[in-house]
Amino acid sequence: MKNGLILIAFIIICSGCSSDDSGYQPASLSLDIPEIFSNNIIPPVIPTDNPQTAEGVALGKKLFFDGILSSDGSKSCASCHSPQNAFSDNTPTSIGVAGVAGFRNSMPLFNLAWNYNERFTWTGRELSLERQIEGPVTNPIELQNNWEDVVERLQNDPEYPELFELAFNTSTISKDLITKAIAQFERTLISANSKFDQYSLGQASLTQQELNGLDIFLREDKGDCFHCHGNPNNPLWTDNDFHNNGLDATLTDLGLGAFTGDPNDNGKFKTPSLRNLAYTAPYMHDGRFATLDEVIDHYSEGLQNSPTIDPLMKKVAQGGVQLSPQEKADLKAFLLTLSDPSFLNNPDFQN
Amino acid sequence: MKKNVSILCLILLFVSCNSSDDSVSPSEVSATFKFTHNWNGTLIRNFDFGPIQYVNANGESIGFERLRYVISDITFTKANGEEIELDVYNLVDLTNEINLEYTPNNQIPTGNYTNVSFTFGLDNEDNAENYTDLNSASFNVPEMMGGGYHYMQFDGKFINSNNEEQGFNYHAIRAVDNLGANPTFPQDTFFTVNLGAIAITNDVEIEVKMNIAEWFSTPNLWDLNIYNQTLMPNSTAQIMMYENGQNVFSLGDVIQ
Repeated sequence: MKNGLILIAFIIICSGCSSDDSGYQPASLSLDIPEIFSNNIIPPVIPTDNPQTAEGVALGKKLFFDGILSSDGSKSCASCHSPQNAFSDNTPTSIGVAGVAGFRNSMPLFNLAWNYNERFTWTGRELSLERQIEGPVTNPIELQNNWEDVVERLQNDPEYPELFELAFNTSTISKDLITKAIAQFERTLISANSKFDQYSLGQASLTQQELNGLDIFLREDKGDCFHCHGNPNNPLWTDNDFHNNGLDATLTDLGLGAFTGDPNDNGKFKTPSLRNLAYTAPYMHDGRFATLDEVIDHYSEGLQNSPTIDPLMKKVAQGGVQLSPQEKADLKAFLLTLSDPSFLNNPDFQN
Repeated sequence: MKKNVSILCLILLFVSCNSSDDSVSPSEVSATFKFTHNWNGTLIRNFDFGPIQYVNANGESIGFERLRYVISDITFTKANGEEIELDVYNLVDLTNEINLEYTPNNQIPTGNYTNVSFTFGLDNEDNAENYTDLNSASFNVPEMMGGGYHYMQFDGKFINSNNEEQGFNYHAIRAVDNLGANPTFPQDTFFTVNLGAIAITNDVEIEVKMNIAEWFSTPNLWDLNIYNQTLMPNSTAQIMMYENGQNVFSLGDVIQ
């Protein structure tokens, strides 16, 4: 019995040594949740197998801005997701390393940890942020690379192995760790300091025109924008869901339907957030609208009927909600209050 | 050591006997509410959404795109009038088949209940609260329409009198007039759903059936050509929804 106890004590001591002696651990880094979010919406989604750390975020940021992920070194994630465009692009579709344009508008990147259903991209085909990052690296019209080469380059780089060691306790680089690091950085891209956020917190006032625009946004008999794009109590300004918003009478790009295989999903695309609209033109999944005015005109007069058009689209037979020129101007004024210039200029998000 | 082992065996024996003794009924149990949906008896699941394949009481062909609603304040009433009211709510989302089964954290004493009930929607006090999960689900009602939350969001399409597909938004909220900074409320439109008597002897699963067709039938024969969209600021439509809602829910299987 005595020998047994000694053996158990020895095992306990050894296991204790094993964990204690691992020594270095990356520094845990909680997301800085804005007051306007904690007051109104549920906490962000952080995968248990990829906790935020200071070293992981720093590594992810370096990777995000580094052309090393592309086949010829000419493009990085930031090439199509520029901080000055709220991490979107200012062209309808983006040009990859081969000089070929893609066929979807670059989605802006912010508040991604609050995408509760974790369906990413315009079509929702990627079921986590980490998985979303895999695609552009190998896509022939984006970074046109392969993961074996990416891993080899990073492994042979004079800096990266040490940075992975700091972030993940291993200098053996893998696709899994690369995507985890970039996802950690992307989750820190939080935008919650617009004029409207300040208004909601009692720190700013809106002009009468902006208030009129908010009224149009919220009224079901006017713009009725809130059913898909949130409201002052949902400061994400998106429902994170998928809708056919009446862009086309004939559906050639099936959107969500191409991913799910359900014809009822044809022509549905993710509701983009209205935050930072001022910086994310052009608009829609294919960048067809160059200006915010064109977007408003679409919902007012330009709706195209199709079998899967969302029933939330009003007055489809008349082309839309029929806003007057003044109402359109007011609505636009309100939408621009959702712009957050501090997000664009946040030094933590610059290369 | 031998003595210790004997004591341990004795304890294990007692514990074992206690846990396997089926003759002892628990004094408190969990109650799970299972929400099912049908169209005049035909079970509706989310994969039935999309096609226009049902006909409402007014003869309009209809299909569904989205259905979610809040129930709250589940109440167990005993014969002596004693009530156990659970200050809870649940957003039932048939579109994504989320929260179709809901088990409140509270345990319920076993016994004979003369009625089990819940509120469809949120009463005015609860509707004035701030619920981060309902906000995250974009279930709010804008302030100028009274604020608070939708009771139900039911969207779909129907074939209108011009033989064209048209959308409808059967959104139930607190009926409101005089939209703006000082809206007024003509009458309450949340309502109590009485499921009837249930004798609870063990952990119980209570099926709550929603006959979706009833929203369109009694006492108000619903004409989708008249009432289809922009019904939130229409207090007449809201009161009609309230009246039709009285016959929508019923008690299904009780399993324990």
